[in-house]
Amino acid sequence: MAALMNNTAVYDHHADATDQLRETWRSPTGLLGWFKHVNHTKIGVRFIITSLVFFVLGGILALLMRLQLVAPENTLMGPELYNQLFTMHGTTMMFFFAVPAMEGLGIYLVPLMIGTRDMCFPRLNAFGYYVYLFAGITLYVSLFAGLAPDAGWFSYVPLANIEYSPGLGVSFWTTMITFIEISALTAAVELIVTILKQRAPGMSLNKMPLFVWSMLVMSFMIIFAMPTVMAGSVLLALDRTFDMQFFVPAGGGDVLLWQHLFWFFGHPEVYIIAVPALGIISTVISCFTQRDIFAYTAMVLSLVAIGFVSFGLWVHHMFTTGLPQLGLSFFTAASAMIAIPSGVQIFCWIATLWGAKIRPGVPMLFIFGFFVVFVIGGLTGVMVASVPFDMQVHDTYFVVAHLHYVLIGGAVLPFFAALYFWYPKVVGKQMSEGIGKWSFWLIMIGLNLTFMPMHLLGLQGMPRRVYTYLQEMGWGDLNLFVSISALIMGLGFMLTIYNAVVSRKRGQPAGSNPWRAATLEWATASPPESFNHRHLPVVSTLNPLRDFDDKASRPCVAGLRADRREVLITTVVDARPEAVCLLPTPTLWPLLTALSVGFGFLGFMFKPILFVVGFFLTFACIVGWLWPHKPWLNE
Amino acid sequence: MVSSRLKITLFGYTLTSLSLLNGKAYASQSKPLRQSALDSVSAQSQGIETLWWWMFYGFGAVFLLTIGLLFFGLWHHRRQLSTKASFFLVTAAGVVIPLLTVIALVGGSLTLGHSIAAKPPADALTIKIVGRMWWWEVHYLHEDGSVAATTANEMYIPVGQPVKLLLTSREVIHSFWVPQLHGKTDMLPGRTNATWFTAEETGVYRGQCAEFCGSQHALMMFTVRAVPPDKFRTWLATQQQSARLPTNAQERRGQRVFMENDCGQCHRLRGASASGTLGPDLTHFGSRSTLAAGVRPNNTGHLAGWIADPQKIKPGNKMPATLLTPQQLLDLVAYLQNLK
Repeated sequence: MAALMNNTAVYDHHADATDQLRETWRSPTGLLGWFKHVNHTKIGVRFIITSLVFFVLGGILALLMRLQLVAPENTLMGPELYNQLFTMHGTTMMFFFAVPAMEGLGIYLVPLMIGTRDMCFPRLNAFGYYVYLFAGITLYVSLFAGLAPDAGWFSYVPLANIEYSPGLGVSFWTTMITFIEISALTAAVELIVTILKQRAPGMSLNKMPLFVWSMLVMSFMIIFAMPTVMAGSVLLALDRTFDMQFFVPAGGGDVLLWQHLFWFFGHPEVYIIAVPALGIISTVISCFTQRDIFAYTAMVLSLVAIGFVSFGLWVHHMFTTGLPQLGLSFFTAASAMIAIPSGVQIFCWIATLWGAKIRPGVPMLFIFGFFVVFVIGGLTGVMVASVPFDMQVHDTYFVVAHLHYVLIGGAVLPFFAALYFWYPKVVGKQMSEGIGKWSFWLIMIGLNLTFMPMHLLGLQGMPRRVYTYLQEMGWGDLNLFVSISALIMGLGFMLTIYNAVVSRKRGQPAGSNPWRAATLEWATASPPESFNHRHLPVVSTLNPLRDFDDKASRPCVAGLRADRREVLITTVVDARPEAVCLLPTPTLWPLLTALSVGFGFLGFMFKPILFVVGFFLTFACIVGWLWPHKPWLNE
Repeated sequence: MVSSRLKITLFGYTLTSLSLLNGKAYASQSKPLRQSALDSVSAQSQGIETLWWWMFYGFGAVFLLTIGLLFFGLWHHRRQLSTKASFFLVTAAGVVIPLLTVIALVGGSLTLGHSIAAKPPADALTIKIVGRMWWWEVHYLHEDGSVAATTANEMYIPVGQPVKLLLTSREVIHSFWVPQLHGKTDMLPGRTNATWFTAEETGVYRGQCAEFCGSQHALMMFTVRAVPPDKFRTWLATQQQSARLPTNAQERRGQRVFMENDCGQCHRLRGASASGTLGPDLTHFGSRSTLAAGVRPNNTGHLAGWIADPQKIKPGNKMPATLLTPQQLLDLVAYLQNLK
């Protein structure tokens, strides 16, 4: 393999070689061609755009709920619709916005950042996207048909079981949740293998950008967390369809089993969303201060620690279920413990920012927003880790406030920072700074005025998930205030989305590295060419672009063929070149496979036998997908 | 409790001082319905309230320290921290302070949790409450565990005497919550959870279901009346009796309406031929202050409106509308109100 890597290789700029490379990695054009795309840049952008569409939809649902709660005993909507709205809001934001948005960022950025041409299983990537898209469309069709699930995003049994939710609604939930987790798992597998096996030569684990570390931790968490909710929703589907009684006390089942299965996934889920955000924050701070993040090793270790500890917290969602006190106290300690790795992260950033001359820019504004909002959410999180206090505020608006501070602060604000930061790379144009600032301040004002009073509403006794409340409870004024503030926040979010849409045409051309950032994705053109890096880079520091400012002096890999999709495989720890891997080409099979799997899942809701039909269809598609092409015959 | 009122107001003012509306929100503090965790009337609830104020001030300080350090570092310095100083900052503020906070919190909350979860005194009055969709079935138990009296949606408890609750559910999960007396405890089908508290002040406290339980989760409420022990004993003695017989012609006509319209299929009248268990026991319905699980005051107008069209007030609840002539309706209401 030594011949592959040549530190003295010079850049050859033969136009014909570049053209050949471009042609090899080109995505097919035309409508049919659009469905054949497998390149990670294409799939990543699709994930991000689709997730933003669901973000807007979920936001609209939230505003409709706020409209209903604007006054006591409002008759705008009845309990059926309201219960569907809050179920769909939670399901959308968790499963259809936050996780896919973060995965989309990873899918788009990780190969560019680690200096490779594509992810290891490009077709699986495309398959994962279609699964996500179909699951989302199906769920929203059910909403418009008035058949949406209405048992909450947590679908507690027995309420979600067939006896108390006889319609199709909860069936949509169980099947679509199982279905979309396939997508999360494919993306996780993809990210793990790509990160561990395709890093640029020399990018040993201790020279890997923190963003890539956060994606690696997120992916491992997905692999351990998602199967439990899939298992749970399959058991629930079996209960509902075949009366298996896993969760029916009269039949020997147990209602708490569901809660354990759900929250063993549900709590790590929060950190699955927050961990990539930590990577975004490190990247943006490092770029805007032009400094290394203080204590790289401590940052990586605290990321990994958060990943591990997050699996030991799930029972803090069940403090009021009557479990023994001694058992609960372990979960109090573990839940509060997460403050330590989080504290390390926050103060490493503060140490990095200390005395820094920060360049102005919207991404950094959103990061400052993160500090304020996330610290509040984190502290109320430590509060609810206390069993006695949680007994008062559990399932009240206090928790609604807490979780929105954590998720908006810990995921949405960093994600918006990422949008402003990487938009020039993806589109080639800068987003408007002016609109960005307006958007930021509206979001900050709106979200604090929306969620801060909710803490008080919760302490004053207002439970969650109520479609109305009596005038005599005295919650009317605060609710009116919250509803108006929510509108301000919604306006702020919409401004950024508007900004992203209009900047495609109107934005200033960005150039390849507008922020003077130090990681490899900025070495490519904006937007990147189909092959990403013209020459696969060789890395020797954490900041390859800063430390090798002169482009011509950057060492690179030579010897990969331009006439077929070749990527370099390197060793897990040291990233020494190991092999060349041939990646598959664009094809329709991922789409067809996703359709067959979707058919099986949807069919199961109506006639269980259709699941078997879907299974065989999927099998046929996988045969087509894996049909050997014998590239060696072309030699 | 004056000082805690003041603290609530201060807290609310801090949180929403930008709001012009907030003055109005607190002007109505003396509203008739009380359901606030910041207005505790039992040792359990008081302990949690104290813990909350400690955390509020303590964590408020942590928040100010963190954000203060961030902006102090940005505004007042022009040089990068040395590695040694950075290390000190991260260790002190990122490890030691959170660790101390966590130890204090875990210690405090375990101590409080231990005292709350301790076994109730042997002389505790035992009440069994069953969560239904969407109302509360309340059984007062004798010491041997047999049922002394059954009522619904309104509980009387003696002030100064420990009350032990056995909580379970028939259909789906509910959660029993009277913020002024204690935190919530879930009611799970197939399991019985226990909790206890002692009300220290007479008063009327509101409670509400705190676990999402289907379409009428929002309006599944109840009332707890803490009364002096002698008054409680009188009340319980009344509740143990059979349903009162009609005393005049109108009530007799009302009783006939009750029987002819099969109200007894779902409702129970002890001592009369009505023994349904799908809906609340109505034996002493006239003595209750609210109807439809705390949704409306129990008076002639609301009761007649409820019987005529229960789905309007609480859509999705299990009680069907009853088609009656106005006279029949008035007779029925008169009969029910007589069931003191």
